[in-house]
Amino acid sequence: MKKDQVIPIRPEPGSELPPAQLTAVRAALAQQQHRPGALLPVLHAVQDALGYVPAEAVPLIAWELNLSRAEVHGVISFYHYFRQEKPGRHVLQLCRAEACQAVCGATLEAHAQQCLGVGFHGTTADGALTLEPVYCLGNCALGPSVMIDGELRGRVSPERFDHIVAQARQTP
Amino acid sequence: MQSIAEHDYGTPPPRWVNIGQSSSSAAAEAPLVSLNIDGVEVSVPQGTSVLRAAALNGINIPKLCATDQLDAFGSCRLCLVQIEGMKGYPASCTTPVAPGMKVTTQNDKLAALRRGVMELYISDHPLDCLTCPANGHCELQDMAGAVGLREVRYGYEGDNHVYAKLADGSVNARFVAKDESNPYFTFDPSKCIVCSRCVRACDEQQGTLALSIQGRGFDSKVSPSQNESFLDSECVSCGACVQACPTATLSENTLIAKGQAEHSIVTTCAYCGVGCSFRAEMKGEEVVRMVPDKDGQANHGHSCVKGRFAIGYATHPDRITKPMIRARTSDPWREVSWEEAIAYAASEFKRIQSRYGKGAIGGITSSRCSNEETYLVQKLVRAGFGNNNVDTCARVCHSPTGYGLRQTLGESAGTQNFDSVLQADVIMVIGANPTDGHPVFASLMKRRLREGAQLIVADPRRIDLVRSPHIEAAHHLKLKPGTNVALVNSLAHVIVTEGLVNEAFVRERCEQPAFEKWRKFVADARHAPEAMEAVTGVPAAELRAAARLYATGGNAAIYYGLGVTEHSQGSTMVMGIANLAMATGNIGREGVGVNPLRGQNNVQGSCDMGSFPHEFPGYRHVADEATRTQFEKAWGVSLLAEPGLRIPNMFESALDGDFKGLYIEGEDIAQSDPNTQHVTAALNAMECVVVQDLFLNESAKFAHVFLPGSSFLEKDGTFTNAERRIARVRRVMKPKAGYADWEITQLLANAMGYAMNYRHPSEIMDEIAALTPTFQGVSYARLDEMGSIQWPCNEQQPQGTPTMHVGEFVRGKGRFMITEYVPTHEKVNTRYPLILTTGRILSQYNVGAQTRRTENVAWHHEDRLEIHPSDAEARGIVENDWVGIASRAGETVLRAHLTDRVQPGVVYTTFHFPESGANVITTDNSDWATNCPEYKVTAVQVTRVSQPSQWQQRYRQFSERQAELLQARDSAVK
Ligand code: SF4
Ligand code: SF4
Ligand code: SF4
Ligand code: FES
Ligand code: FES
Repeated sequence: MKKDQVIPIRPEPGSELPPAQLTAVRAALAQQQHRPGALLPVLHAVQDALGYVPAEAVPLIAWELNLSRAEVHGVISFYHYFRQEKPGRHVLQLCRAEACQAVCGATLEAHAQQCLGVGFHGTTADGALTLEPVYCLGNCALGPSVMIDGELRGRVSPERFDHIVAQARQTP
Repeated sequence: MQSIAEHDYGTPPPRWVNIGQSSSSAAAEAPLVSLNIDGVEVSVPQGTSVLRAAALNGINIPKLCATDQLDAFGSCRLCLVQIEGMKGYPASCTTPVAPGMKVTTQNDKLAALRRGVMELYISDHPLDCLTCPANGHCELQDMAGAVGLREVRYGYEGDNHVYAKLADGSVNARFVAKDESNPYFTFDPSKCIVCSRCVRACDEQQGTLALSIQGRGFDSKVSPSQNESFLDSECVSCGACVQACPTATLSENTLIAKGQAEHSIVTTCAYCGVGCSFRAEMKGEEVVRMVPDKDGQANHGHSCVKGRFAIGYATHPDRITKPMIRARTSDPWREVSWEEAIAYAASEFKRIQSRYGKGAIGGITSSRCSNEETYLVQKLVRAGFGNNNVDTCARVCHSPTGYGLRQTLGESAGTQNFDSVLQADVIMVIGANPTDGHPVFASLMKRRLREGAQLIVADPRRIDLVRSPHIEAAHHLKLKPGTNVALVNSLAHVIVTEGLVNEAFVRERCEQPAFEKWRKFVADARHAPEAMEAVTGVPAAELRAAARLYATGGNAAIYYGLGVTEHSQGSTMVMGIANLAMATGNIGREGVGVNPLRGQNNVQGSCDMGSFPHEFPGYRHVADEATRTQFEKAWGVSLLAEPGLRIPNMFESALDGDFKGLYIEGEDIAQSDPNTQHVTAALNAMECVVVQDLFLNESAKFAHVFLPGSSFLEKDGTFTNAERRIARVRRVMKPKAGYADWEITQLLANAMGYAMNYRHPSEIMDEIAALTPTFQGVSYARLDEMGSIQWPCNEQQPQGTPTMHVGEFVRGKGRFMITEYVPTHEKVNTRYPLILTTGRILSQYNVGAQTRRTENVAWHHEDRLEIHPSDAEARGIVENDWVGIASRAGETVLRAHLTDRVQPGVVYTTFHFPESGANVITTDNSDWATNCPEYKVTAVQVTRVSQPSQWQQRYRQFSERQAELLQARDSAVK
């Protein structure tokens, strides 16, 4: 008998989530679980509550919806919308679609990445901001466009961008 | 990589999904459709894809994402064709045939399109074909050839998954290194073409859903569970994905190490009662890999981790290949020649017989040996030893099945074939854990459940089937161990009192007086679910709902396992199950029936072959004059009319000093039989124990003669699986020790003075067929021709019998039996407050002698005690603690695992490792009719401990001593 070797046994679904997150995930499940095709609504509800879908939530979601972990992971990773990492305090979405590109969107992209020191989907070192690409915010006439925490801003020049960032950094 | 010997028709044959159509005629033959492919008129069943229709007629349309084991997916766009009257270029794999269709599979336009597709694939694929394990059988390579790809215009400099470093020397973030976590296969993502065949194989074929495609577009990647390694994921290593992969991305490690096989031989898995058919892919005498056979009628090209991968034991260095003898079990072994070993065993047996009487010796056959070998051993005992002291390990598992089903239906076997489950609307699983015990059948069952069949599980423990991805039991009857009969009576009570009996069926097919008696019996209020709730622990409402579902849900099929038989009332429960099926008319057609899930590969066969002390082959009593005369004539000796000793009687008699010699073929009674200490005491009391096995197993540690046996790869023969299917085992290499097991038995018989002169196992089968009515039509020639045969196979049923009791029961009219519930003697009290029940796990097999000697230990390397958190807390036990388990019979120590799979008051363990000594604690209690031991119920106490039990310490000392004696063997044959 090899006493030192212990076979890892899969933890109970959800047991690896911190209590606050567990409550949020359970609430999201309770709310959405019974509708047909519940997975997407549940994932949305979890992301709305936590800002992302933690990997530790996947086993619980899978167990409750009677899916496999692989299936849930496949769906989360298929949609860029779902974050798998904890985002910064603020989420800054930058439009990369044609109309914005036509009005120096690329310059703004480069500026944004350089000034924040992160690429797309990255979070700044101080945890303040997460930069995400979007494809058209429906604000094409007033590009380049960004959205900060769900609020739309048009005609964003590099200077305006810096201002938005500075403001965000100051708010919790 | 697919088998080197099979053709791939691209998509599976059409199948009728018949949920809710509760008649056996639901699987109507699909009508034929005629169409024209490349100017050739062809006719195929409706629902066939154009791709398959073409392949069936010798026209091979290029394809990558399609394979005939999986539903069409339509993602690679290589199988494009042109169809007159249809726009564009439809994918032939997803396009069903239609009458009058005109299909063109090859022209310049199609060729250009296909080349374009291939060019894209190849531009992100390494070009190391010459050193690639799939070389020679890679579908990507074949398709590049088929479409005539000559150049790839897009270089590898840009975005790719192929190289670890980019052109500028920086790290390629897309590159993912090989995953070698699984001991049997390697995943090399750089070769993946994201055809998702592996994902679909895991979903559709295996039903584990451990894989998915993560991300999208160029980011797509195959991900086990949440992008983990294969070993950390839910993967159960069935290998379906490896077989489905068209490239070398997923490859068996043995294929990588040894290269492509040059021939393949069809044989049958020697592990479990599913009896999967395999192609052993060989390089000379070396097995390169085992590939489940698509034509296999039991498994249809699927397998589990044991059959496909765990064959390393056959060449394990622990195998003993020289005969050995010793006068006393405390002496060192002495290697001797075959002649000396056989002569010694025979002279000892003869000495014992002359001193203690004819009945002082006997034999034990094994469910792991072939039909022919089993037949020979019982013949040796009956004709050569001149007594009927022959028994088999099926005694300890399915003897109640034989007895119970014979009493009620008239035949000691399951009523259906496996495929029948695809017609079931309601599936009731009682005391069985198919996903672990019968994995390939479980996959088939899960497929049906995903299609919408309803599931009822009766088991003390929450087995995986109760809830796993896309599967959920409608009712889980979580009964207390040992209360099966109470449960089945309650189910019957509901059916009878709520008017759910199929009166027409019962009137026409069953004995009326017996039925009336039974009806009155179960209608009694004491069987009401409400009254029994306190006994079984199953809420009455849940039980009523389950009974109604079983009786009214359409085709209802019962599958049961050792959780039914290994009880003091095992036989009663089997009869109770048969009663249920008869009362609801769920017997005698596809989709219904009573199906024992047999444990070992040849349990059915060893029972059929006359392994029991009271029965000749074909379940005919030794007292039956006509049968006996027939055998006496054929064997040329006079035979005893009295039954011989059963295994437990042999032990008793040995302890009394009357039974002195035992020939054990391929069985390990010292580990597998209950109350180990009693068994070993009995073996110690014998003067000549002859063990014939691959390894020096637990029993061999008490043996005087060791005859090295042969693995299933080394001999010809047949196995009979749980659906009565007789299938060929074929020799792919010569016996390591020189003789196949049947030859060894024959040598022993001749040395004992009873002549046997078979030249090949086929001659033994011919003798069996001549003497056994149900086997009359079986011969090796017929087996080669038909692939496999389900007995009875005779003049009335020349093609064999997939479904039994059609139109009429084997015994004529079905007989209802009274099934009074009698609680077991094994009761909990304050000293032993918990009930221990036992089971097994997917990766290990039986006593584990084989699987413990393979990489399967990666999944399970020790037996653990499952205990409910509340019981654990009351005893201060936490996860991984060492706990002592004490029963009235003995004591052992295991590591604890806390889980709510078991209910409070119940603990559970497996018995795959000898040092766990799970059977040290099981008691001598047994089934009243057949002596099948009560493994499933033992009252125990569990406490935290810091050291192994006394038994384990003694076991360890003894095993070490025996290992030394083996080391010290001095070799007489140089
Ligand atoms: S080996 Fe079987 S269980 Fe594992 S991923 Fe492949 S198909 Fe799924
Ligand atoms: S691993 Fe093989 S089967 Fe799976 S997607 Fe890649 S190439 Fe296809
Ligand atoms: S162990 Fe059973 S299920 Fe697995 S491959 Fe062998 S016969 Fe099939
Ligand atoms: S393109 Fe940027 S908002 Fe529409
Ligand atoms: S084989 Fe038809 S699309 Fe791949």
